Amino acid sequence: MSLKIQITEEKLAQLYGTMEANKKKPGPLMPTLHAAQKIFGCIPLPIQKIIAKELNESIAKINGVVTFYGNFSIEPKGKNIISVCLGTACYVRGSQGILDAFADELKIKPGETTADGLFTLEATRCIGACGLAPVFTINETIQGNSTVQTAKEAIRQIRHQS
Amino acid sequence: MKTMAELEKLKEEARKNINMRYNKNATRIQVGMGTCGIAAGARRVLNKFLEEIKEYDLKKIMVTQVGCMGECAFEPLVEVLEESGTHTIYCRVTERMVEDIIEEHIIGGKPIEKYILSVAKR
Amino acid sequence: MLERIHILICGGANCAGGGSKELWREFNDQLEKRNLVDEAKTVMTGCFGLCASGPIVVVFPKEVFYEHVGVADVKDIIEEHILGGRVVERLLLKEKVDKSKLKIYSQLKFYAKQKRIALRNCGSINPLDIKEYIARNGYKALGKVLTEMTPQEVIATMKASGLRGRGGGGFPTGLKWEFAAKSVDTIKYVICNADEGDPGAFMDRAVLEGDPHSVLEAMAICGYAIGAHQGYIYVRAEYPVAVERLQLAIDQARELELLGDNIFNSGFSFDIDLRLGAGAFVCGEETALIASIEGERGMPRNKPPFPAARGLWGHPTNVNNVETFANVPVIFLKGADWFRSVGTEKSPGTKVFALGGKIQNTGLVEVPMGTTLREVIYDIGGGIPNKRKIKAVQTGGPSGGCITEASLDTPIDFDNLTALGSMMGSGGMIIMDEDNCMVDVARFYLDFTVDESCGKCTPCREGTKRMLDILNRICEGEGNAEDLDVLERLAIMIKDSSLCGLGQTAPNPVLSTLKHFRAEYEAHVFDKVCPAGVCSKLTNFVVTDLCIGCTKCARNCPVGAIQGKVKDKHFIDLDICIRCGACKSICPVNAIVSKPMEKGGEVSV
Repeated sequence: MSLKIQITEEKLAQLYGTMEANKKKPGPLMPTLHAAQKIFGCIPLPIQKIIAKELNESIAKINGVVTFYGNFSIEPKGKNIISVCLGTACYVRGSQGILDAFADELKIKPGETTADGLFTLEATRCIGACGLAPVFTINETIQGNSTVQTAKEAIRQIRHQS
Repeated sequence: MKTMAELEKLKEEARKNINMRYNKNATRIQVGMGTCGIAAGARRVLNKFLEEIKEYDLKKIMVTQVGCMGECAFEPLVEVLEESGTHTIYCRVTERMVEDIIEEHIIGGKPIEKYILSVAKR
Repeated sequence: MLERIHILICGGANCAGGGSKELWREFNDQLEKRNLVDEAKTVMTGCFGLCASGPIVVVFPKEVFYEHVGVADVKDIIEEHILGGRVVERLLLKEKVDKSKLKIYSQLKFYAKQKRIALRNCGSINPLDIKEYIARNGYKALGKVLTEMTPQEVIATMKASGLRGRGGGGFPTGLKWEFAAKSVDTIKYVICNADEGDPGAFMDRAVLEGDPHSVLEAMAICGYAIGAHQGYIYVRAEYPVAVERLQLAIDQARELELLGDNIFNSGFSFDIDLRLGAGAFVCGEETALIASIEGERGMPRNKPPFPAARGLWGHPTNVNNVETFANVPVIFLKGADWFRSVGTEKSPGTKVFALGGKIQNTGLVEVPMGTTLREVIYDIGGGIPNKRKIKAVQTGGPSGGCITEASLDTPIDFDNLTALGSMMGSGGMIIMDEDNCMVDVARFYLDFTVDESCGKCTPCREGTKRMLDILNRICEGEGNAEDLDVLERLAIMIKDSSLCGLGQTAPNPVLSTLKHFRAEYEAHVFDKVCPAGVCSKLTNFVVTDLCIGCTKCARNCPVGAIQGKVKDKHFIDLDICIRCGACKSICPVNAIVSKPMEKGGEVSV
C-alpha cells in the first residue's frame, strides 16, 4: 500500500500562500494543517518539515499535533473514502454490521486502503444525520437508512465506473 | 448599523419581503436543508421546485432553504406558506411529488392530503 | 373531577390567529355564568391539522367537530349542544374527518408539546440571508444591550434568567460571564464551543446550520458584558454545511456593521473568527479546546486557573456552548422573568434533545425543562417501533448513563438526571429496546472513550483500556466471576483520579448499566449467553412456542438457516446460523430469543 503522493510546485505554492495569510492571525498552525490536508490529501513528513520551518516551530511539535487529531493523516488515502458512522444512534441501529460488510467486500480493515488505491475504509463518529441512521458517507455524499445491501451495491457501482 | 432606528427600518423592509400578509397571492416554499435534509435528497427537491416554477412561469412564488426542521425521520421536508396563513408540511418529498405539489397545490390550490406529514412507508 | 363534557379548542397557530384564545375565554365565561364549571371542562389543544377550517372546536364525549367557530357561536354551542344535547348543525365540520387526518393530528403531537426557544428560527428562516433573521427581531437584543444597558446590567440579567450551560455541565451562565468580567486584562476572548462530539447529538449543528446569526449576536452580547473584542467559534470539521453557513453569516454581519468597529455607535467593537476542529472528541472540554485553537495538541489543562482567569493565550476567556448562546438573545428581548417562567425553578428554560435509536420519530425536540422522559419518548417521539418494549434511555452520551423504564416519569432537569446516575450532557437521547445488549452498549461507549482519551493522565489512558479489555472478554464469552467487581473498582478509581471531564465521566456508562442491568452482565459471565442476541459468540437463537409460523424469519435469513412450514413452529439450525439477528428483529411476535444451549447439547464456551 505504498501510494505515492504528488508534491507539485503548484500545490506547494498553494501551501505557502495559505501559510502567509495564516501567519497574520494568532494561532496559525491548525488552519495551516487543515489547508495542507486539503491540498495534499495527507500531511507527510516532508510537508511537516516545510510547515515547521515556515511557522518557526519544531518538527516534533508539528508531528505531535498532526498525529493527535483524527482528521489529519500521514499516509495518503484512497480515491474514494468510505466512512461508516459509528455514532450511538447509528450503532444501535446496526452500523457495525454495515462496517463489517464493507470490510468483507473490500477485504480490508477499517483504517486501511485497498491495494489498488481505490478505497479507504474508515469508521467515523457521529456526523449528525442521526435521523437517517444507520448512515455511511462516500466522499462527501451521505447515504442514509443504509443496509448491507446498499453498502455492497455502492461498492459495485464505484468499481463499475472505474 | 449605527442606530436602533436603522435596524428597525431594515427589519420592516425584510418583513415585507418575507411576510405573506404584505404580498397578495404570494407563496413561500421552504425546504429543510440541514445536513440530514441534504442527505435525504433535499437539494434535488429544491432544484426541482425551481425548475418547475420556471417551467410553469409561476410568479410570486418564493423558494427558500431553511435549517433543520426537527422531524428528521420524515426528511426531506417541505413547508408551503400561503398568504392565508396556512402552513402545509409535506414529508418524504421526492422529485416526483414536487410535480404534484406544484400542479395540485400551488396551481390548483388544493393541498395533497396523502403527502402531508403522514407516515409513508418506504 | 367528574367533568362529563370536554370542550377542546384548537390552540394551533392558525386557529389562535383566528381567535381561539377569545373563544376559550368566552366558553369559560359562559360556563361559569350557567354554573356548568363542574360539568364541562375547556382545553386548549395543539393543532388539529384542520387549519383551513379553523378555529376548530371539538366537543367530547361524542367527538363532534365544529369549524369556523366565532365568539358569537359559543352561546349556541352551550345552549344547544351542552344543555340541549342537540348538535349545532350549521357549525358542523363539512369535510368528513377521515382516518388519514387523525393520523395527521397524532403526527402533530410532535410539535404540540414542544416549546422552541433555542430552535425558534430553525426551519423557518433562510440561514443564508441575514435579513430574514433581522425580520424576526434579530440583532435587536444586541442593539438594546449596546444602547441601553451597562455590562453590569447585562450580567445581572443573565444571572436573573437562571440560564445554565447547555453543553452538559449545567453551570450558571451569568456567573461564568461575571467571573470573566471581573478578571482584569485589556485583552479577553469569547469562545463558542461548537465541537459537538457526543455521538448521537446534533442540536448544535441544527442551530449553526439553521440560525447562525443567533449565535453571533449572543457572542457579541457576551463580549460587551465581559469586555472582549474578539470571538472564536470552534466548530467541528465534520459539519461542512455549518462551517460554510457560519462563514457566510459572519461576512453578512460584518457588511451590515453588526460585527466590526463601533457597533450601534456605542464605541464597542467585536469581531468573530472561525476555527475548525480536527476530529478530537476531547476538544469539547474547554481547556483542551483552547489548547487546540492555540495550535497545540488538544489536551486538557489543570483547573484552576479557570479560563475565566487565564484562558486563550493566557487571557481571560469565556467559553459557552452553541445552544447556550442561542438562548441569550431571547432573554434580552423577552426578559429574564419570562425565561424563568419556562421550565423548572432550578433549571429554567428549555432543552433541545436529539431523539435517536429505536424510536418512531427520530429528530430534534425542544421541550421545557421538567417535561418527563415518558412525554418526550411516547407523546413526541411516538414510542418504540415494531411493537418492541423500551429497555433503556441513554442520555449524556459517553459521559452519561442509562435510565430504565421505571424512571421514565422523572421530570427532566440537570439535577434529576444526575440523581438517576446519568446526566443531561449535550442532549443526545438514544432509545434502546429489547434487541439491544446493554453490555455491548457499555463496551461501545468505552471503545469510544479509549479511542478519544488524549493520553495525558494515566487513569484515563490506561484505566479505560483495561476496562475495555474486560468488557471485550465478557462479550466474547470469556468473562469470569471476578470481572464485574474489578470493573466496578476500576470505574470508581478512574472517576476519582482523572484530570478532566472526559476521564471523570468515562466509566458512567459501565457503572449505570452494571447497576440497572447486572443480570444481563451475569448472563454473559455465568450462563455464557447474550439474552439480546447481539454478542455473536454468546448467541444461540431459539424459536419459542410463541411462533405463529408466519415464515417472515425464514424469508429474511441471509443464510437460509431457518426451516418451517406456514403456521408451524419454525426451527433455527445453529450450525448454519451466523447470528446476525435479522430473524429476531423482524419477528412480529417476539418469538425468537437467545438462550443458553440445552443440557446435553454442545455448550460452546
